Amino acid sequence: MTTIALLLITGLGLGALYFLIAAGLSLIWGLMRVLNFAHGAFFTVAAYAGWSASRLLTSSPAELRWAVAVVVAIVVGGAFAALTEVLLIRPLYSRHVGQVLVTVGLALATISLVQGGFGSDPQPFAVPDWMTNTSSIAGAGIPNTRLLVIVFAAVVLAVLLFFLQRTRFGLIVRAGVENRDMVQALGIDVQRAFTLVFTIGGMAAGLSGILAATYYGTVDPVRGTSMLIFAFIVVIIGGLGSVTGSAVAAVVVGVLQQFLNFYAAAGVGDFSVVLLLAVVLLVRPGGFSGSST
Amino acid sequence: MSAATLLEVRDLHVYLGESHILQGVSFDVRQSGITGLLGRNGVGKTTTLRGILGLVTRTGHVVLGGEETTALPVHEIVRRGVAYVPEDRDVFAGLTVEENLRLAERAGSELRYDLVYELFPELRQRAAQKAGTLSGGQQQMVALARALLNADNRILLVDEPTKGLAPLVVRQVVEALQRAAEVATILLVEQNLSVAHKLVRDVVVLDQGRVSFTGDVDQLMGDPELARRHLGLAAAGSH
Repeated sequence: MTTIALLLITGLGLGALYFLIAAGLSLIWGLMRVLNFAHGAFFTVAAYAGWSASRLLTSSPAELRWAVAVVVAIVVGGAFAALTEVLLIRPLYSRHVGQVLVTVGLALATISLVQGGFGSDPQPFAVPDWMTNTSSIAGAGIPNTRLLVIVFAAVVLAVLLFFLQRTRFGLIVRAGVENRDMVQALGIDVQRAFTLVFTIGGMAAGLSGILAATYYGTVDPVRGTSMLIFAFIVVIIGGLGSVTGSAVAAVVVGVLQQFLNFYAAAGVGDFSVVLLLAVVLLVRPGGFSGSST
Repeated sequence: MSAATLLEVRDLHVYLGESHILQGVSFDVRQSGITGLLGRNGVGKTTTLRGILGLVTRTGHVVLGGEETTALPVHEIVRRGVAYVPEDRDVFAGLTVEENLRLAERAGSELRYDLVYELFPELRQRAAQKAGTLSGGQQQMVALARALLNADNRILLVDEPTKGLAPLVVRQVVEALQRAAEVATILLVEQNLSVAHKLVRDVVVLDQGRVSFTGDVDQLMGDPELARRHLGLAAAGSH
C-alpha cells in the first residue's frame, strides 16, 4: 500500500509536469496547426533563467529565492514564446515544413547555447528545506516537491479552464480550434489570439521547467527535450486542442510510466506509453476528448 | 430605391492550386435589397464570396462604399460592415448558441438581439444548447443570426442558405432574408431558383469563372432563351 501510494503520487507529479508542457502544445496545435518542436526550448531557457535569478539572490531567504525563480521562469518562458511566434512562426503560417524546420532548429540551437553557457552537466537547484522533506500519505513518505508540482498543475488547469470558458479570448481560442477561417469571418483578429496562446503556452512551459528543477533538484539542458517527447504523446492521447484531455492523458501517462518502470523493469513504463499511444491512435484517433472516427 | 453602388468587384481572379477559378469577375451590388449571384454548380459563386471577404488569395479590386478593401486582412474587411453566412453554416459545434452569437458581437456596434430573437425565437430557447446538436435548419438560423447581430453590417454575403433544408424551414429562412434586406444589402448565392426569384432584384450570373449576365431578375427568368443560355433551365419562368 505504501509503495502504491508513493508510485501513484510520484506518477501524478510526473503527469503534472507533462500536463504543464502539453497544455500549451495542445492549444497551439489546435488553434494554429503549428507543431511546435521549440516548446522544450521554452522549458529549458525558462528553467535556466529562474535558476540564474535564484543564484543572484544568495543572501536572501530560500523561499524568496525560489519564488523569484518561479516568477522569472514564467515571464521568460512567456516572452521567449511570444518572440518565437512573432519573429519565426508568423512568417511561416502556411508553410508547415518550414515551421517544423525552424522549431526543430530553434530547439537544437537553444540546447547548444545553454550547454555552451552553463555546461552539459545538470546544475543543482536550491529549494527551501521544507520542499526536501516528506509528508506521510497512506503510510508513505511522499516528497513535498511531488505534492507541490501537483498543486501547481491543478491551479494552472483551473486557471486555463476559467480563461477558456469565461473570457472572450477563451471563447475565441475555443472557436478558433474548431474553425479559424470562420473566426476571422466574424471580424476577429485571430493573429492576436495566436500570439496570446503561444505566450500562455510558453508561460506554462516555463513554470514546468522550474518545477521540474524543483522536482529533480537540478536544471538540465536536455530535460526539456526528453519531456517534450512525452508531452507530445500526452497531447495526442488527450486530443489535440483539448486542455482537459491533456490533463487526463498526462495523469494516465505519468502514473502508467511510474508503475511499470517499478513493477516490470526500468524502461518498460516508457515503452508502454508509446504502446498506449498506438492503441489510442488505432481505436480512437481523436484522442480521449476527440472523435472516435 | 437608391441606385447607389455599395460593392464593386473588378477583375477578380482566384487560383486554387492549378485551377483558375475566377477569371476576371466584375460586377456591382446596389445599396439595399438583395442581389442574386447565380449560376450552375462549380462556376465560382462561393469562391466569389470568399474572394470578396479575402478568405482566398485573389487579385483584382474589391471596393466597399468607395473604399478599396482588397489589401485588408479578413477581420478588417468584416469590421467595415461585411457579414458572411457560409454554405455549410460553419457554426461552432462545440460552443453553445449563446456563445456563437456572443462571438459575433463587435465592439462599438449596436447589437440587434431583439431582431435576431424576433426572427428566430427558437434561438432564445436553445441559448444553452451546443450548436453541434442543432438541426440543419436551426444551425442556419444561428449562422444568419450572427450576420444580422451587428447593426453596422452593411452587406451580408449569404451562400446557399436554403440548401438541404425542409420546406417549412426554407420558408422561415426566406422570411428572415426578406426582413434582413430591410436593414442591410444582401449578396445571395442560391441554387433554388424559385427562392432566388422570390427574393432578388438584380442578378449576376457566373459561367466558368466569368460573369455571363447582369441585370434584372425578371428579365432573366422571364426570357426562356436567356434563362436556358445562362442557367441551363429547360423551361424558364417556371418557379
